[in-house]
Amino acid sequence: MPLITYREAIKQALAEEIERDENVCILGEEVAQYNGAYKVTEGLWDKYGDKRIIDTPISEAAFSGLAIGASMLGVRPVVEMMFMSFSYVAFDQLFNNASFCRYMSGGLMNVPIVVRGPANGGTNVGATHSHTPENLVANHPGLKVVCPSNAYDAKGLMKSAIRDNDPVFVMENTLLYGEKWEVPEEEYVVELGVANVLKEGSDISIITHGRCAMISLKAAEILAEKHSINAEVIDLRSIRPLDETTILNSVKKTHRAVLVEENKPFCGVDAQISHLIQYKAFDDLDAPVHRVSAIDAPQIYSKPLEDWQIPNEERIIESVLKCLA
Amino acid sequence: MSSAASTKKAVRKTSKKRAYETSEINAQLSKEEKIELYRTIVGIRRFEERSLQAYNQGKIGGFLHLYIGQEAVATGIVSLMEENDHIITAYRDHGHALAVGMNMNECMAELFGKYTGCSKGKGGSMHYFAPDKGFWGGHGIVAGQTPLGAGLAFALKYKGLKGCAVCFLGDGAVNQGSFMETLNLVSLWGIPVVFVIENNGYSMGTSLKRSSAEESLAKRGEAFGIKWDTCEGHDVFEVREKANEAMTYARDELKPFLLEIRTYRYRGHSVADANHEKYRTKEEIETYKKNKDPINVLRKKLIADKTLTEASAKEIDQEKKVEADASAKFAEESPYPPKSELTNDVYWTVDNDTDQQLKGTYFFND
Ligand SMILES: Cc1ncc(C[n+]2csc(CCOP(=O)(O)OP(=O)(O)O)c2C)c(N)n1
Ligand SMILES: [Mg+2]
Repeated sequence: MPLITYREAIKQALAEEIERDENVCILGEEVAQYNGAYKVTEGLWDKYGDKRIIDTPISEAAFSGLAIGASMLGVRPVVEMMFMSFSYVAFDQLFNNASFCRYMSGGLMNVPIVVRGPANGGTNVGATHSHTPENLVANHPGLKVVCPSNAYDAKGLMKSAIRDNDPVFVMENTLLYGEKWEVPEEEYVVELGVANVLKEGSDISIITHGRCAMISLKAAEILAEKHSINAEVIDLRSIRPLDETTILNSVKKTHRAVLVEENKPFCGVDAQISHLIQYKAFDDLDAPVHRVSAIDAPQIYSKPLEDWQIPNEERIIESVLKCLA
Repeated sequence: MSSAASTKKAVRKTSKKRAYETSEINAQLSKEEKIELYRTIVGIRRFEERSLQAYNQGKIGGFLHLYIGQEAVATGIVSLMEENDHIITAYRDHGHALAVGMNMNECMAELFGKYTGCSKGKGGSMHYFAPDKGFWGGHGIVAGQTPLGAGLAFALKYKGLKGCAVCFLGDGAVNQGSFMETLNLVSLWGIPVVFVIENNGYSMGTSLKRSSAEESLAKRGEAFGIKWDTCEGHDVFEVREKANEAMTYARDELKPFLLEIRTYRYRGHSVADANHEKYRTKEEIETYKKNKDPINVLRKKLIADKTLTEASAKEIDQEKKVEADASAKFAEESPYPPKSELTNDVYWTVDNDTDQQLKGTYFFND
């Protein structure tokens, strides 16, 4: 299987879907002529032209709303946010219109758009460019959200998202764009709502998503080597819909859970997962559910501190040891 | 564009003296079509009067933004819709809904929060939709519908369909950032959308003078290279003439158009706005009603050209009253949506998952 980058995997997904369906088009700042701020769409404009790959002015509200309106008539726009942080200036369009138009019309319409772009910290750019709003999205019934942690999932989830008839947010990560994974040449999709057991284990469940899944996997290796702890690592992949079954089965097996995410803790995704576990696996728990989140402050600029603010192996290991103590 | 302002003055001078019903788009109307315009305008008025009564009886909750006084705007523009045309508006949407052919029963039942409502009781007064009739809402956030309207028109162009989208907004909505962003975008990309500013002089309790630095709202189009015009909204023939020019231009040239229509609402901003005679005078309201009431203006014209008689006009009025009363009865007798409906119509994939293929949990209720 070829090793390709996360960036390349997303680009392949976009190109394949553009080829498959004439209604799929890409809109965003710098996506066409400039080849994408993070080069995710590199070469697509040359190949598919102005109709399918569309540069927008810096008007997130207008082009997000335009994409939503167009999708009501059957266009299937993929909207790139240069940073997911910038979706906040399009909040009304994405969080009122994309999410609720179907409901408020009593099901008379649907909004098949994809909103994609990097949603991560750890890049030394300060608080305005480091949001991880998967929790916000998941708090809006009508919206769906996935957080691919590797190139295989990024491609497979992106293709599912584009084919989905509801609005789907795909949260990417700039720190993963250049990393490589094995990705098959044959066509495949990764379904929404299916978690991935990255590593089987018996002592404790580390439940996580996005880039934190990769960090958790490394932490689990260290835990095995240095502490003889056999941790199971579950990558949620999809936040809403959520694979509750895989989470609960794991906790019922290991009886302990550490939840790891880059979200800030208050009302983060893991607040919901934590509730789920205590509510549906209460009798199986041998210890309280532990959480490792971004340290609860606006994202700091200073690099060494930011690296400590977002979850890292050290903090995960510490939490696992506490949970097992 | 540079000469738009000067030619506009000339056009306005001559057009004031001319009767709009003689222009081509109006002269070609059959007797039946003219009667239909009258029926629509009267229907909107009677429906809303009946809904107000129901509101005052406590049958309708929430907000009720009445369109009374503005009926000729939606009626005129909807009468111009062609096969591929679409419309979208804000929360003051009853007139647009009835004009596209939604029936009073489904509209009234929606106000009552009933299952037989056009949105099954999930949207309410501000959120009517009828995609099958080219009507895309019904939107509660001021100017939130403006990029959506651009998107409808974008889709027409993308699919190579000849048509336009008409996006209505208020004189207050023009000051939202999303609208200004959208103006730039549609001009830059050549999107066949007509923005119709229904300038009723007030955004809630704030007069135009107190909210917009420049009194001409349509003139803002110039900053974006968008063709614009203004007209009066009490005469359905004037609305039709001006809107026809705008819509034809959008369809033919694949370009946006900004049309400001001066109109007036008789009631408060919403029924809850009990103070509407404090930010404007009673006299102002009465003067408009007396001279420019869209129903009276049209009735006079249609009686003068023998389309209607006093008696046949009255008959239509009576018929619409009966229809409105019947819709209130229908709404009253309809059931509320069952609790199971709360989580329907949230996700298309869930609603259509007949063979239980979907993975994962979609709703998080203990
Ligand atoms: C974003 C937003 N801000 C405020 C409101 C509250 N609000 C509802 S209607 C309105 C006035 C809008 O006036 P205008 O655009 O002139 O439309 P009209 O009501 O006259 O039809 C306001 C302030 C809202 N619905 N949305
Ligand atoms: Mg107004």
